[in-house]
Amino acid sequence: MPRHLIDITDLSVQEIDKLITTADDIEKNPEKYRDICKYKQLATLFFEPSTRTRLSFESAMLSLGGKVLGFASADSSSAMKGETVGDTIRTVSCYADIIAMRHPKEGAPYAASQVAEIPVINAGDGGHHHPTQTLTDLFTIYREKGRLNGYTIGFCGDLKFGRTVHSLINALSRYPDIKYVLISPLELKLPRYVKETAFKSRGIAYAQTTDLESVIPGLDILYMTRVQRERFFNEEDYIRLKDSYILTPQKLADAKTDLSVLHPLPRVNEIAVTVDKDPRAAYWRQVKHGKYIRMALILFLLDMI
Amino acid sequence: MNIDSIRNGVVLDHIKAGKSMEIYYNLKLNELDCSVAIIQNARSMRMGKKDIIKIDTPMEPNLDVLGYLDANITVNIIRDGVLIEKKHPEPPKKLINVVRCRNPRCITVTEEQLDAIFLLNASGAYRCAYCDTAIDRKG
Repeated sequence: MPRHLIDITDLSVQEIDKLITTADDIEKNPEKYRDICKYKQLATLFFEPSTRTRLSFESAMLSLGGKVLGFASADSSSAMKGETVGDTIRTVSCYADIIAMRHPKEGAPYAASQVAEIPVINAGDGGHHHPTQTLTDLFTIYREKGRLNGYTIGFCGDLKFGRTVHSLINALSRYPDIKYVLISPLELKLPRYVKETAFKSRGIAYAQTTDLESVIPGLDILYMTRVQRERFFNEEDYIRLKDSYILTPQKLADAKTDLSVLHPLPRVNEIAVTVDKDPRAAYWRQVKHGKYIRMALILFLLDMI
Repeated sequence: MNIDSIRNGVVLDHIKAGKSMEIYYNLKLNELDCSVAIIQNARSMRMGKKDIIKIDTPMEPNLDVLGYLDANITVNIIRDGVLIEKKHPEPPKKLINVVRCRNPRCITVTEEQLDAIFLLNASGAYRCAYCDTAIDRKG
């Protein structure tokens, strides 16, 4: 049975450590890995458009010396003719060695994994899981702080609907000595089921606030997300709250000098472009880390590390 | 009210009052070609009132379905007029094709040929194996 990655909790802490160690080595010694997948092929099956994730996977496989095939939207696949996910996957299993799949329907990668004869990586299924973004976030934290435990992390913005926040909190809750600060409008607080799974079941304390400026001085990591207009019931509330969660150089003035600002991207206006020049802005480094951790993941699932 | 006792068959006892029709259809008892008696609101020392289903043919009811719908049910197996076995179904860890996911964004809603799989979690809730949506078990 091939190994798949559908949800971040499919990986143990030890396996995540192994991926991070490998990604770190790839970043430092890329020449060691440039031909390692010479005769391997990655199929990128993107049933909905994506810029960053698809290109990151393709760049990862090409940097390992492998080849890439696939499609970038459902329009250019047999899904348009009514083919099931299972049949598409069985077909692609005959051509490729590993699959990275994005699909608008929740659970489609799990359905794929049930019939695939090669590893399936969930590259995002609707608003459900996006485990390689979580791996990217974890690797970025490791590169920024040198460890995955022992810091204070703030999550800011839309904590209710942000799947990257839920997934990262679930993954981090397995590491000790982390303080969590949840910063959001009351309307967009972290859902109770996430708190129960990640915090309460493990006896982890957390703080909640609506005020970013009051807590920013105590943070080592700030994970920003976008507050989306469509999440509000009325325009008035949106207008009242939207600017509170835009990160500006002024708000960063009171932050620690070694703060790391992460963002899953794409951003709209929640981080002012003037922040990009600040060395604490880690989100462009985060994009780069996404490629290295995906390289490590491909090697891991192909049983090559 | 008198209902004949059965010689070879199954009696589902201690059904929560009002649940018998749900169990009848989920066990597909309507597809059987034998007598099936549904007794509703029978007096019960333990439960106050209860439902009972008597099936007048030897059969193996799906214990996973019963364990999911009402884990307090007693399954009595009758042979030659004698009670030969009592079974107490437990909530199954994995529920396959008993209920469908209600999340419109779930792949099983679009692709109906997929098995509907629900997994029992630590807090006793069943969640869709595909999209993690919990079954709403009102009543």
